[in-house]
Amino acid sequence: MATSMLPKHLSDNGALVERHWQELNSRRRLYSWLGFAVLMLALSGSLWFANDSNAGKFFDRLPHFFDFVGDLAPRDGLEIFRAMFDLPSPYDDGSFKYNYPEGRLYLTESFYIPEYVHKMLETVNIAIFSTVIGTFFGFIFCFLAARNLMPNPWIRGFVRRLMEILRAFPEVVIAGFFLAILSLGPIPAIAAVSIHTIGALGKLFFEVVENADMKPDEGLRAAGGNWIERVWFGMVPQVLPNFASYFLLRLEINVRASTIIGAVGGGGIGELLRLSIGQGHQAKTLAIVILLFATIFAVDQFSAWLRRRLVGDQAFQLAQ
Amino acid sequence: MTSANRLSPLEMDAIASRHPHLLQGSSNKRLRTILISAGLVVYLIFSWWFFSIGHVLGNANWGIAGTYLADWVSYEVRPELKIARDKTMTIDYQRNSPLGPNPNPSWVELDKETVTRTVEIPASTTPAAKPKASSSFSFMTPGSALGSTDATSAQSRTETRTEEVITRAVVTLNRSTKIEVADGLVKATHRGETLTMTVDGQDTVTPQGTLPAWATQKRPGEKITLAFGATGWAEVEGDDVSVRNRFFGWANFFFDTNSPFFGKSYGEVLSLITSGERIDPARSNLALAWNNILYNAEWQHLDVWTKLLQTVVMAFVGTLFASLVAFPLCFLAARNITPNFLTNQVIKRFFDFLRSVDMFIWALFFTRAFGPGPLAGMSAIFFTDTGTLGKLYSEALENIDDKQREGVKSVGATPLAVQRFGVLPQVLPVFASQALYFWESNTRSATIIGAVGAGGIGLKLWEAMRTNSDWENVAYMVLLILLVVFIFDSISNALRSRLIGQKAH
Repeated sequence: MATSMLPKHLSDNGALVERHWQELNSRRRLYSWLGFAVLMLALSGSLWFANDSNAGKFFDRLPHFFDFVGDLAPRDGLEIFRAMFDLPSPYDDGSFKYNYPEGRLYLTESFYIPEYVHKMLETVNIAIFSTVIGTFFGFIFCFLAARNLMPNPWIRGFVRRLMEILRAFPEVVIAGFFLAILSLGPIPAIAAVSIHTIGALGKLFFEVVENADMKPDEGLRAAGGNWIERVWFGMVPQVLPNFASYFLLRLEINVRASTIIGAVGGGGIGELLRLSIGQGHQAKTLAIVILLFATIFAVDQFSAWLRRRLVGDQAFQLAQ
Repeated sequence: MTSANRLSPLEMDAIASRHPHLLQGSSNKRLRTILISAGLVVYLIFSWWFFSIGHVLGNANWGIAGTYLADWVSYEVRPELKIARDKTMTIDYQRNSPLGPNPNPSWVELDKETVTRTVEIPASTTPAAKPKASSSFSFMTPGSALGSTDATSAQSRTETRTEEVITRAVVTLNRSTKIEVADGLVKATHRGETLTMTVDGQDTVTPQGTLPAWATQKRPGEKITLAFGATGWAEVEGDDVSVRNRFFGWANFFFDTNSPFFGKSYGEVLSLITSGERIDPARSNLALAWNNILYNAEWQHLDVWTKLLQTVVMAFVGTLFASLVAFPLCFLAARNITPNFLTNQVIKRFFDFLRSVDMFIWALFFTRAFGPGPLAGMSAIFFTDTGTLGKLYSEALENIDDKQREGVKSVGATPLAVQRFGVLPQVLPVFASQALYFWESNTRSATIIGAVGAGGIGLKLWEAMRTNSDWENVAYMVLLILLVVFIFDSISNALRSRLIGQKAH
């Protein structure tokens, strides 16, 4: 179509449409720029504030950014394996830095578990145990919080608020509180991680239940099934694969969480890593970091594989 | 379906009995259920042993748990009556008492009397210590340990002194609970029962009659503990009655005991601020009051708020930078956008690496690099989330609809324009939504990496808990954290549902 054929002036109606379109466009552009400006302002303000309240200033400390590499450089490459498997070191001078064999945990006369492997197993076991406890209670709570199974808004609201509080309550506080009552050890970490897991899994679970197919439930109700029977035979079989998938997802998160809680006094490998970095034991630090990295990587891969088998690609949608 | 070919129940049962295998679950499946349940039970028993849960729970100090929990929302005032041999008393409050330096609460009634008496002063007592001795005098063998070492070189002397002593004290904890101390007799009343104890001013306390349920004494003569439930408790010893009176609420939340506004009602403070004379000539009363609130020594409002802001800032900047870095990299990691196997794998493994070296390890390392503070926490969140967001972003890219890309490509657009108009409109809402979700969840997790020194409120929380006496400060911080998490949760949810519709959550 040749442009010369088009009318030079728009009709009143056409002009109105054009003007409206231009207005919309400019308003949208204005909003975009305003949003961008606010974001930049918040960002620069945040950066200034963070830099100002930090112990070392960013540009002063930037040359030291890779200092931690020095924390990780052992005297020779084999030291890492000696530290990891508690083998005697040729540099042993009686100090804590090279006393690898002292941490051995003997199961029999000659067979021992290296200290870091033992602590790593402890941390992983804290994660598994707390995820099991969290799943158990989350499983019970989710049916009470789902709209399609619990018509009473008071019970539903109460259980949902309870789970929200359990989820948002800082884990550090729960761990610290139990540390004050119980002695040092893994139990405060278990308490903290499981309480958080109840809230987090409960929410994911009840959302699955609310999206479930209600036809089996209807059938059971028609046949005169009571509430527990409806849940057990109508709901549980169809939600169980998703529950299992979320269980595994949570397990990944909890392995990390129990490591951190360990560092603030909950036992396990986290505490050893913090001490080792603090005291500058390069070989020990690197051994722990490698062990931790390998464990987290392995747990992630295993859980991803199993989740894909359980529920297919749906498992990789954004989980909240 | 007509009624002719509908099965009668009897026939249905007949069919069922002819093909039982269809209606029974497969034995394989049943076996699996049994095996999983058995495995779970064995695992739980193993863990019970592994963590020695029974032992730890048995040894726990559950009594103190109640006190700590009560400390979250209440505080104690601890008047302590010291009883001398002549049955006169002096009263003391705990250091940093919430009632200020010279408390005189209405629930403690004291009868005072001025007495003159002769006190034996060991010669070894230095002159500097004398005024101290008279103010909080211990009648328990005064300085006998010191006196015995110097006994040969110096003789002890006597001194006549006039001082005010307490002859009778009544501490009223609540309507049904009262402790009265006079003439070597401690009379405790709780819920209609009265226990009278004789104290000798030295080290023996003897109850008269049987002990009620709320009083315990381990051995005859030793201290008697009186538990009054939520309102407090008391300990009676031969020379000392210490009372813990518990009040609900947070003590001195606005003004600490050093503030000129301390102990004034809201109305008084308001009238001082609006129309009172300047307390500090250098500034207005409003500025002084605000300053006193911010620098309240017990609650440290300003410090708490600053640390909380640090936590929020750490999560915000860390997540923002992470999404900015993950954004270009994810195009290289997605196999449908960059059809180069090596590049895909390298970038994806890089993301895995950042994610699997945990946020906690990064936090420890960056605390070494930048020193404790939000920069360390921010960098840790940045590194971990670059990995997580990069992984999620590249998965979102791999799941896009290819038709739009084809369309843009077919009109001869440059590769960059294909991404801009064929890919970006599909994934940008998802990217933004995921970044928002991580911002919100990082606000939560930034609390905990703070506890290892990476800035924010975590360390402050941890320090408040370590002392075991500042649980009310812990409660205050937890409340603030919950509030902030709730606000960001709502903002992030609202933005996300606008971005990708209601199905996002």
